[in-house]
Amino acid sequence: MGKELRLMKGNEAFAEAVIRDGADGYFGYPITPQSEVMEYLMVEKPYEKTGMVVLQAESEVAAINMLYGGAGCGKKVLTSSSSPGMSLMHEGISYLAGSELPCIIMDAMRGGPGLGTIQPGQADYFQVTKGGGHGDYRLIVLAPASVQEMYDFVEISFDLAFKYRNPVIVLTDGAIGQMMEKVYIGEQKVRLTEEEIKEKYPWATLGKTPDRERNIITSLDLDPYRHERHNIKLQKKYKEIEKNEVRYEELNCDDADYIIVAYGTSARISQKAMDIAREKGIKVGIFRPISLWPFPKKALRQLSERVKGILAVEMSAGQMVEDIRMHSVETTPVEHYGRMGGVIPTPNEIVDIIENTFVKS
Amino acid sequence: MSDTIIKEQIFKPENIVYKKTDLMTDNVLSYCPGCGHGTAHRILMEVIDEMGLQSKTIGIAPVGCSVLAYEFMNVDMQQAAHGRAPALATAIKRLLPDKTVFSYQGDGDLAAIGTAETIHACNRGENFTVIFVNNGIYGMTGGQMAPTTLEGMKSSTSPYGRDSQTMGHPLKMTELVAQLPGTYYVTRQAVHTPAAVRKAKKAIRKAIELQQQKVGMTFVEVVSNCNSGWKMTPVDSNKWMVENMFPFYPLGDIKVDGKLVKEV
Amino acid sequence: MAKVKGDIIVDIEKCKGCEVCIDACPTHTIAMSEQVNGKGYHFMQNVHDACTGCTNCAIVCPDGVITVYRIKV
Repeated sequence: MGKELRLMKGNEAFAEAVIRDGADGYFGYPITPQSEVMEYLMVEKPYEKTGMVVLQAESEVAAINMLYGGAGCGKKVLTSSSSPGMSLMHEGISYLAGSELPCIIMDAMRGGPGLGTIQPGQADYFQVTKGGGHGDYRLIVLAPASVQEMYDFVEISFDLAFKYRNPVIVLTDGAIGQMMEKVYIGEQKVRLTEEEIKEKYPWATLGKTPDRERNIITSLDLDPYRHERHNIKLQKKYKEIEKNEVRYEELNCDDADYIIVAYGTSARISQKAMDIAREKGIKVGIFRPISLWPFPKKALRQLSERVKGILAVEMSAGQMVEDIRMHSVETTPVEHYGRMGGVIPTPNEIVDIIENTFVKS
Repeated sequence: MSDTIIKEQIFKPENIVYKKTDLMTDNVLSYCPGCGHGTAHRILMEVIDEMGLQSKTIGIAPVGCSVLAYEFMNVDMQQAAHGRAPALATAIKRLLPDKTVFSYQGDGDLAAIGTAETIHACNRGENFTVIFVNNGIYGMTGGQMAPTTLEGMKSSTSPYGRDSQTMGHPLKMTELVAQLPGTYYVTRQAVHTPAAVRKAKKAIRKAIELQQQKVGMTFVEVVSNCNSGWKMTPVDSNKWMVENMFPFYPLGDIKVDGKLVKEV
Repeated sequence: MAKVKGDIIVDIEKCKGCEVCIDACPTHTIAMSEQVNGKGYHFMQNVHDACTGCTNCAIVCPDGVITVYRIKV
């Protein structure tokens, strides 16, 4: 953790982290509630400080394909958007996954479907954890629950993206993007030189030199058997990620009778609900998945064996709850509480649900 | 001097006056016999070769017949989603301003699904080169109507001829982008005769040279044939192209040194 | 006046028989063969001695199958 302390919005902390981590390029398109990311970058002029490129694209479709071009050259590139923009990007994300290109896509979720609302939502869970675009692929999905995590997850995400040559989604929402909290800022990292990129990422298209064959970045292979082998290789990589990159947080789970499973904004609200419930003598704990994919299924399963009930709290009609049910023991009841359309649940609503669904029955 | 002696004398490396550039791979081109794509590929690679730019060049292949361009061009390449080549090229050129970057796109890719990317890359004055091969049809998917299909022209989705009342008018993308302040050199060429190929190559050379000066978008349209889609022999399709495509898509420079040289 | 003499070598297996080169030859020295290559295409060939090594056929060949030689005689 860095030493410099600032009061920042989540979106701004994310943008500052991008500069500090030595990113090469940001390509984005304005959409509420994450426009501060590009605004912040334009004000900070990282192109003068680190040489980072910041470009406002003509659409989310163009922005995600700019990421493809940049990532194909081994550059650290990213974009940020919100739900409707994410829908537009998923074609490009499928190509990025198919071509195994590293990048970060931040999604500040808002209520849907359609244009929906600009208020916070968590209904993009299916879209980002189950695919979103066409084909068999997976995205690493990290869900920050604080402004500090909005900052910290940039470095983690870039590291994961390049380690596995895979897009990483930072899945947040309007509430965390807009809220202000104190945040520790890290040191400024130096961007990689072209020589360093060549050394680290020999697959990057930086110009064919006599010492190697030409590099080709493509997701196309018309030979079905070869293409199947490519798919098998991808699936192997995803298994590896599932083995190594599970992240979660447990709060008061040791003595808990009931567990709330929630991420992002819902996890923050659930913390307050947990406090209220504990004051009432109900032993509630929180299980917060940080990596939504890979989903922390093993840890959840173990936990589900020793509690009396699990409540999924999401700002959706119930998306993550499907994964929770899949990975909990059958004998433990799993319920869902969600608000939709941009409405944020209150702690008391959550406590009521726990009391009425689990404690009284 | 007998013929055999001459043959022995003539087939020596020092007497070669023309051979395929090494920047074209030895893979057999996936194009139909007589298709202009092969020639357009080759002259582009000849220019990169002659300018000594192989180690600095990054090309973008589109979706369409030339989706496999990376199999034939011996430079680093990326394959873009349909229509998005200018977005890829934009980022690459911005991140690596000293590289030579080109997108190679067909008319369905550039003038239909990728219209926004094309126009905005041109309008921003991105410093890369677009090679736009216009054969008035969707070749790879089996000869459907393209935005560039001529009025009255038959295709598999305009089997009675393109009716502009219901199917829209053929789109002159090259004239359109020439009007944008971000384009510096805009030209329309063809590759059906040796003279046309020589001119087209000069135009591509000029575009790539200008790219080194970072003066803005350089845009070379190559009007080409699609004998399979047009259902003609290669030779007949070239004749048909001269008689029908060229009147609507006239050859020649449209914008030179940032100034329109033709009414558009 | 120095005379030039040209000749060509055709990568027969890569020729697709499109005939675009035939019209491009100013001395009508090339023609399609009666035979076919491995893919069943009639391939182009030099049929008589009038080649000047002008390179027209090679320049217009979409498949880049022609190598042109030229000497002064």
